[in-house]
Amino acid sequence: MSTPAAASGKPQARADQPKPAGGKEKIAIGDRFRLWWNSLSRPTQWAVGVPFIILLALLPVVRPPGISTVGTDFGGVMAQFGMIALIAIGLNVVVGQTGLLDLGYVGFYAVGAYTVGLLTSPDSPWNQTGDGGWLSAKWAWLAVLPIAVAITAISGLILGTPTLRLRGDYLAIVTLGFGEIVRLLADNLDTLTRGGQGLSQVAYPRLGESDTAMNGVFAAGYSNGGNINNGVWWFWLSLLLIVLVLLGVGNLERSRVGRSWVAIREDEDAAEIMGVPTFRFKLWAFVIGAGIGGLSGALYAGQVQFVVPTNFNVINSMLFLCAVVLGGQGNKLGVILGAFIVVYLPNYFLGRTEFLWWNINGNAIADYKYLFFGLALIVLMIFRPQGLIPVRQKLMTYGRQIWLAARGKRTKFDDNPAGSDKPGSTAAAEVSR
Amino acid sequence: MTYDREMREEGLDSNAPGLTGDDDEANSGPAPSGYGQIPDEPVDVDVTAVDPSLADPEHVAEVVAPQREIRTAEGAPLMRMEHVTMKFGGLVALDDVSFDIKRGEILGLIGPNGAGKTTCFNTMTGVYRPTEGQVVFDGRVLGKLKRNEITRAGIARTFQNIRLFNEMTALENVAVGTDARHKTSVPGALFRTTRHRDEERDAIDRGMALLEFVGIGERATEKAKNLPYGDQRRLEIARALATEPKLLCLDEPAAGFNPAEKSALMDLIRKIRDDGYTVLLIEHDMRLVMGVTDRIVVLEFGRMIAEGLPDEIRDNEQVIAAYLGVPDDESA
Ligand SMILES: Nc1ncnc2c1ncn2[C@@H]1O[C@H](COP(=O)(O)OP(=O)(O)OP(=O)(O)O)[C@@H](O)[C@H]1O
Ligand SMILES: [Mg+2]
Repeated sequence: MSTPAAASGKPQARADQPKPAGGKEKIAIGDRFRLWWNSLSRPTQWAVGVPFIILLALLPVVRPPGISTVGTDFGGVMAQFGMIALIAIGLNVVVGQTGLLDLGYVGFYAVGAYTVGLLTSPDSPWNQTGDGGWLSAKWAWLAVLPIAVAITAISGLILGTPTLRLRGDYLAIVTLGFGEIVRLLADNLDTLTRGGQGLSQVAYPRLGESDTAMNGVFAAGYSNGGNINNGVWWFWLSLLLIVLVLLGVGNLERSRVGRSWVAIREDEDAAEIMGVPTFRFKLWAFVIGAGIGGLSGALYAGQVQFVVPTNFNVINSMLFLCAVVLGGQGNKLGVILGAFIVVYLPNYFLGRTEFLWWNINGNAIADYKYLFFGLALIVLMIFRPQGLIPVRQKLMTYGRQIWLAARGKRTKFDDNPAGSDKPGSTAAAEVSR
Repeated sequence: MTYDREMREEGLDSNAPGLTGDDDEANSGPAPSGYGQIPDEPVDVDVTAVDPSLADPEHVAEVVAPQREIRTAEGAPLMRMEHVTMKFGGLVALDDVSFDIKRGEILGLIGPNGAGKTTCFNTMTGVYRPTEGQVVFDGRVLGKLKRNEITRAGIARTFQNIRLFNEMTALENVAVGTDARHKTSVPGALFRTTRHRDEERDAIDRGMALLEFVGIGERATEKAKNLPYGDQRRLEIARALATEPKLLCLDEPAAGFNPAEKSALMDLIRKIRDDGYTVLLIEHDMRLVMGVTDRIVVLEFGRMIAEGLPDEIRDNEQVIAAYLGVPDDESA
């Protein structure tokens, strides 16, 4: 593959060498989306992004027929989507960016949920919302939220410290075990968690309490009489958290941290030899991923006001992983789309008797969701292993300038087809020799 | 001092422009105006648009090698292999190997296939721990240092089988190298501290300068896996240089190159040395090795069989025997 031009004359290198990949081939929708998105200026990206988020937020309010679900409450489905999207973002840091296969991510989700449950449920011996507790009933959920995130992050640190020295399959097995251990603990520590009976009356945000809504808009059963129920409010809350988490994760991605993660994913040994403290950054990825999982778990506990071990089966880990892989590993927007598909599709079919022109048994289809997701994954791996929207992550804070410079050059060339008097290339030619 | 810097610099100066011209002529294809025919290609970067000062080669060289400390300490030993033995089970890949690398020199490490050259690199960079003996670098025994700490202590290397971060762009690959000197961690990046922003600037400035330096600046935004083979080898060198090493170890950087590419690479290696680095070079091509190195160490079956100036090595009977093979009774 080495042509004469490759290492000597750069002009020739470009003219002779057909692009091995990228460049001029068929462009999939996801890639086209990326090109379009990258071509927008920062303000335009905000101008497109913010209305999009608002539209998304309004979706369960408008409940367009054909999009809304029939078998379950659409608001609740969207709330669930919000939580799984958070999970997917957190899991994406670990699996998509750093390349650490974590099969027990549901364990962190459970730790987050149980932290809220144990501290605020009257069923728990550690309840702090009653007499003598240090949590006021009104602010309990909000106060416990950072505690839940911190404890989950610490559990990530505890799990990661010994296990991140393992690689590949071994790490996958150990994390799988972790997920099971957390669930079994929740099931068997009867005095603490009441085992399979679960912890009920978990705290939730007390907001918008009024005569018509005694317990506020986040309470189970709330509805404004129209489409806005507690599910919609939980969806809005999770959207807000998603935006915050995305900003934070985005900052990490476009920094030394994100570059180290991707370098570890690409070639861990080479990364280490290039000076990346791989263990430290793997641990960071684990801790951050765990914290985000815990955040989602705390949301979940608040929304259903009830935590029970069966909600944290290992199969959920697979579903989370499915969201990440479907959407496009490594890409934040992609995995959110993946989360939407994983949550929305089964609920869409639930209770439906016809789809387009066919009569169907929607409930059966929803029941077989794992089968369908499995098939979808196989098909995806064959035709588009990089996922639906593999938007390339930006790994440098000012990388955009380089990209724009690339664009700038093309227009310059159009003006000046000779291009031979380009100062940069002359300098390069001299220096490189 | 085992070499004459003035002579080398002269050689470089007289060579450089000529070579450029020759190469362009030899491989001519379309003349530079071929630029105009580039198909729609969003990946080429106008390096001067990113940083106008990159148009000045001297500035590039200054950014690439900011502290030229060899000017003072030239000739003193930088690294010392002390009786290093490396065994893999029963196989002795290195057998009591001892040699010095002096500051500011280009040391060649040669030997037939399987002689233990790459293993030698691996013991230096901490990939393997020597079974016996030790490696002393810059007055420090490398024994217990982690591999990333060894890199930050000042040893960088390239790989015989190219090992780039494929999904990252050329510039990002180099940025990972520059990060070896950066300190930002999660809190700094999360809150975008001034240090983080300074370091990001540095990653781009030095990254672009390095890509220019090795001659692939315009490919900065292209994924590493999409680069032509020769450019990938150059990128490996740029990434290693980005860690600001004192010692640069190149493992067969010219493998698979044609003669024109090889001579361009020789010039690049000299240029790197002249910029203040010490270079350890593994290479099979004798013409290249003899032309560029100041001193040569020869390995065969894990043992060091010769050490000396290129001319001495050329005439050394043991070396000739190792490479050509001679009847047993003669080679003993
Ligand atoms: N990790 C390892 N485990 C077992 N044997 C190894 C290992 N690494 C190298 N060897 C053996 O050590 C010997 C020296 O290998 P090395 O790669 O250092 O040779 P080399 O001089 O770089 O050869 P080449 O010119 O082919 O690159 C070989 O016999 C090789 O098989
Ligand atoms: Mg080798």
